[in-house]
Amino acid sequence: MSEMQDYASRLSDPASRKFETFSYLPELSPDAIRAQVQYICDKGWNPALEHVEPENAFDHYWYMWKLPMFGETDVDSILAEAEACHKANPNHHVRLVGYDNYAQSQGTAMVVFRGPIKV
Amino acid sequence: MAKTYQAGVKEYRETYWMPDYTPNETDLLACFKITPQPGVPREEAAAAVAAESSTGTWTTVWTDLLTDLDYYKGRAYAIEDVPGDDECFYAFIAYPFDLFEEGSVVNVFTSLVGNVFGFKALRALRLEDVRFPIAYVMTCNGPPHGIQVERDKLNKYGRALLGCTIKPKLGLSAKNYGRAVYECLRGGLDFTKDDENVNSQPFMRWRNRFEFVMDAIHKAERETGERKGHYLNVTAPTPEEMYKRAEFAKELNAPIIMHDYLTGGFCANTGLAQWCRDNGVLLHIHRAMHAVLDRHPRHGIHFRVLTKALRLSGGDHLHSGTVVGKLEGDRDATLGWIDLMRDSYIKEDRTRGIFFDQDWGSMPGVIPVASGGIHVWHMPALVSIFGDDACLQFGGGTLGHPWGNAAGAAANRVALEACVEDRNKNGAEGLEKRGGDVLRGAAKNSPELASAMETWKEIKFEFDTVDKLDVAHK
Repeated sequence: MSEMQDYASRLSDPASRKFETFSYLPELSPDAIRAQVQYICDKGWNPALEHVEPENAFDHYWYMWKLPMFGETDVDSILAEAEACHKANPNHHVRLVGYDNYAQSQGTAMVVFRGPIKV
Repeated sequence: MAKTYQAGVKEYRETYWMPDYTPNETDLLACFKITPQPGVPREEAAAAVAAESSTGTWTTVWTDLLTDLDYYKGRAYAIEDVPGDDECFYAFIAYPFDLFEEGSVVNVFTSLVGNVFGFKALRALRLEDVRFPIAYVMTCNGPPHGIQVERDKLNKYGRALLGCTIKPKLGLSAKNYGRAVYECLRGGLDFTKDDENVNSQPFMRWRNRFEFVMDAIHKAERETGERKGHYLNVTAPTPEEMYKRAEFAKELNAPIIMHDYLTGGFCANTGLAQWCRDNGVLLHIHRAMHAVLDRHPRHGIHFRVLTKALRLSGGDHLHSGTVVGKLEGDRDATLGWIDLMRDSYIKEDRTRGIFFDQDWGSMPGVIPVASGGIHVWHMPALVSIFGDDACLQFGGGTLGHPWGNAAGAAANRVALEACVEDRNKNGAEGLEKRGGDVLRGAAKNSPELASAMETWKEIKFEFDTVDKLDVAHK
């Protein structure tokens, strides 16, 4: 058995903040993000982007980047839009959402660019 | 022409066996598995069940003629062999929906599984399935919020929810109990849960528990930046006491409370579900006592019927079994009742034990909760069986981690996210086979997961299921 470890999570440590799905995995590689975008398209969901200052990430509503990309199925266009959102807001979390209009909810949501977290 | 009164005992089948009857869209349909006493003909047994669960009694009475019993009676309209069991048979019975008070699960079950289950002409009787007509469904309140609303309130998308029942289930003080909750939530779980046995015992009164647990939730939320909950069990000796506890939970801003719908009863549950809708509190439902009712293959009430009863009575979560853990559960049958919890229209499918089409209309769905003897190695199977709209609860599989609850929680969260990432990329098909590699890959970046995998690698629960689907034996 490996030696017991402390669980290093602190109010004072910005790295302890999480942001839901995939935030317990290492930051997704470009290829891994591409696969997730493909999944959203294959599901027939509408991709959308939103972003926020990391210290306000707990809020329900982040800033919407333009409008959801209704009917967009081209993975490269979606990735380019995510990149544009990130460039314009380099210190923000950028979240990719797949809106499922049949479930009237988000089919999935994940942070694809992680901003530096201040306490 | 008016009927004349003749006192005496008539054979049930003269009145209640109607093989030419075509069920009406508004009829409530039931499928019973009947094991008659030797010598009782099938038609007579089926008709007796129809009679005793609707308008009939053992003898003719003059007041029968003051009403139109031919309209109100239950009708046994079909009989089928049970695959694999020659001593019993299925009887299909149609009930006009006027027989049941609107919105009352209590009333439906008082009729359907009332006196008839003690009827002497039967050796055993099991209610296998019920078709609730959409007209009746729409009179019921149903789940207070449903799956989409819960996801929106808690901001959880694209993955199953993760929970854990706090153990030991009895004996902790409120403050120590809150500590166990806090550790689980800061490690990455979405929910923790009161054990069903935890109500308000001398060692931990409910009010103290609620206060310490909410403190744990608030701190874990600030620390992780994620929304958290704990199923505060408001199951109580009286409805008045139950509502008192629910009100206090609301006062503390608890996002979710919990009730045991079978031991607490349908009346209390339906009332609490309506309260939850009115007060914006999610409702987790436990099912203590279900195995008393649903485990015997020839007697009782099948769990798919109890599932429908809960969806009508109201609850946002319901325990479904895990298929892979320590408790009973046939895989195909479990998939059947999971669909009955979540979907809006379920087609008849005998391979999953579903006897009728069931239309739920716009009634919200219930999140199935998989709990009991599961750990990280089960994660690939759980993700492929349950998909995203489920709550996976690892009790021992969180608290039993060699480094404690937070590490156990993190291990489960990493395992879940790794499986979901792989599923989205490579498809649900084959995830169970790829699972070992997926987990080993994720463990490279998570010492907590690596340690969990080392701890539980040998544990399996491979006993044969007692209540299987009925399958032909010849």
